[in-house]
Amino acid sequence: MSSSIFDSIYILILAGFVGYMVITRVTPLLHTPLMSATNAISGISLVGSLVAAGSNQGFLSTLLGFIAVTAATINVVGGFMITDRMLRMFKRREDK
Amino acid sequence: MNDYLLNAAYLVAAVLFILGLMALNSPRTARRGIFLAEIGMLLAVVGTLLRNEIVSFEWIIVGFIIGSLIGGAMAIFMPMTAMPQRIALSHSFGALAAALVGIVKYNEHLPHVDNALMVVIGFEVLLGSLTVTGSLMAFGKLQELIKGAPIVYPFQNISNIILFFGTVSLFIILIFFPGLTVLFYVLIGAALLVGILMVLPIGGADMPVVLALLNSYSGLAAAATGFAIDNKMLIIAGSLDGASGFFLSMMMSKAMNRSFANVLFGAVGSAPSGQAATGQEEAKTVTRYTPEDVSYMLENARSVIIIPGYGMAVAQAQHVVQELSASLIARGILVRFAIHPVAGRMPGHMNVLLAEANVPYDLLCEPEQINDDFPNTDVVIVVGANDVVNPAARYKKDSPLYGMPIFDADKAHTIVVLKRSLNPGFAGEDNELFYDKKTMMVFGDAKKTLTSLVQLLKERAAVAV
Repeated sequence: MSSSIFDSIYILILAGFVGYMVITRVTPLLHTPLMSATNAISGISLVGSLVAAGSNQGFLSTLLGFIAVTAATINVVGGFMITDRMLRMFKRREDK
Repeated sequence: MNDYLLNAAYLVAAVLFILGLMALNSPRTARRGIFLAEIGMLLAVVGTLLRNEIVSFEWIIVGFIIGSLIGGAMAIFMPMTAMPQRIALSHSFGALAAALVGIVKYNEHLPHVDNALMVVIGFEVLLGSLTVTGSLMAFGKLQELIKGAPIVYPFQNISNIILFFGTVSLFIILIFFPGLTVLFYVLIGAALLVGILMVLPIGGADMPVVLALLNSYSGLAAAATGFAIDNKMLIIAGSLDGASGFFLSMMMSKAMNRSFANVLFGAVGSAPSGQAATGQEEAKTVTRYTPEDVSYMLENARSVIIIPGYGMAVAQAQHVVQELSASLIARGILVRFAIHPVAGRMPGHMNVLLAEANVPYDLLCEPEQINDDFPNTDVVIVVGANDVVNPAARYKKDSPLYGMPIFDADKAHTIVVLKRSLNPGFAGEDNELFYDKKTMMVFGDAKKTLTSLVQLLKERAAVAV
């Protein structure tokens, strides 16, 4: 971690505000897909997991990294697939 | 891979995540949005794989394969009624990944863990661990592996507060003495325990708030991972998720007219539900009707509003509800659905079930859209909902429901209530709507009642032709 910790805190807070703006505009109709989409996105820890699993820092890192990669992949793959499956079901009258 | 290129990939990924969530403001753009978010994820993952630090790929590939198989199978085969459980379970996976990365990071830097690094790793494993067990508990309750009702015991709040402050103190000590490895693992153990005890006293109907809150925690755990590995994209993505979950749970609390604190700690010390109802069991009578009575009522109606609740999900009645609405629409009757924000076990639960059953989403209305129309509505059909139509919320100041935004179902000309029994709703408040002269109570399994209703309407339509 570098001295840029304050930069990171700025980013955290600004992204939080963006999140607020975006989320309050999401239609309540799609609150479940919203949850599963953010769930898939939180699988972004995959990025950290990949480094842990693949950078040869000893057995423990590789093992924990491997479990983390598996868990995060479940979220990413499953989360996006099921969000799309749900969104496909939402149809208007004229679409039928 | 070139550092500039990698950072550019991360930057584009972060933008795509934001655009993806923005597209969820309408069902028409939503799928495109998810596609954008998927591209963002792909960019981030491929970019990371090309980093020089990653030298061996065996375990990564195995993890990818196992994860994709499990995740894909869950996405394809999980029924829509089980969506709350699935969401709970996947919160725990996301949090597990974050917590494990935190542990790896800690070990990597031992024995010289920087104090500042300890702060972010601490947040990462703390939030990650408590989300893992909290979400598993929520999963257990939703799947009914654990009793769904609040589990309370003496001195619960006090012991929880002690545990909470104990955990925080551990964390603070660790920040100043990051080398105390044992303490680090004790901290993880304590956080795991906090997660369990946090969800234990929370009942089924409060699950929407808790699921949204866990969503927020798993996002924040990802953001903390971003701090630990100094990755801005992760901070943005995690912060978005954290904000999303947090504001969703605020909206849910508001829709129940309860404070956050009340949802989280309210069960402790409260009277067991049902007590309020038994207290006032005077000679109130309800009138029982049969599906046949209801069918005549519906034939003469011009406008109908259907109010679904968790009972519809339990009875798996969403498909037959759709059949009923379709047959009414075919008769030229105006049919709409009134969806309360907290109906069901997660935000938006009813919308997904009805969409699955092929109900067009433009028939699904929020309270603000539809509440003024009840006085002009001929028939309201309440399917497995209770508290959201309880008029006590409007005037009864000592009621736990007081102030909660409800549907003005009692203002309609006729109210049909499909219910298994007269048991009070989750809030334990007796519902006077059931005793209203305008109300037709039809007891029994909602699915069976609705099936015979649809059948009757069909038969009579055939005779009329």
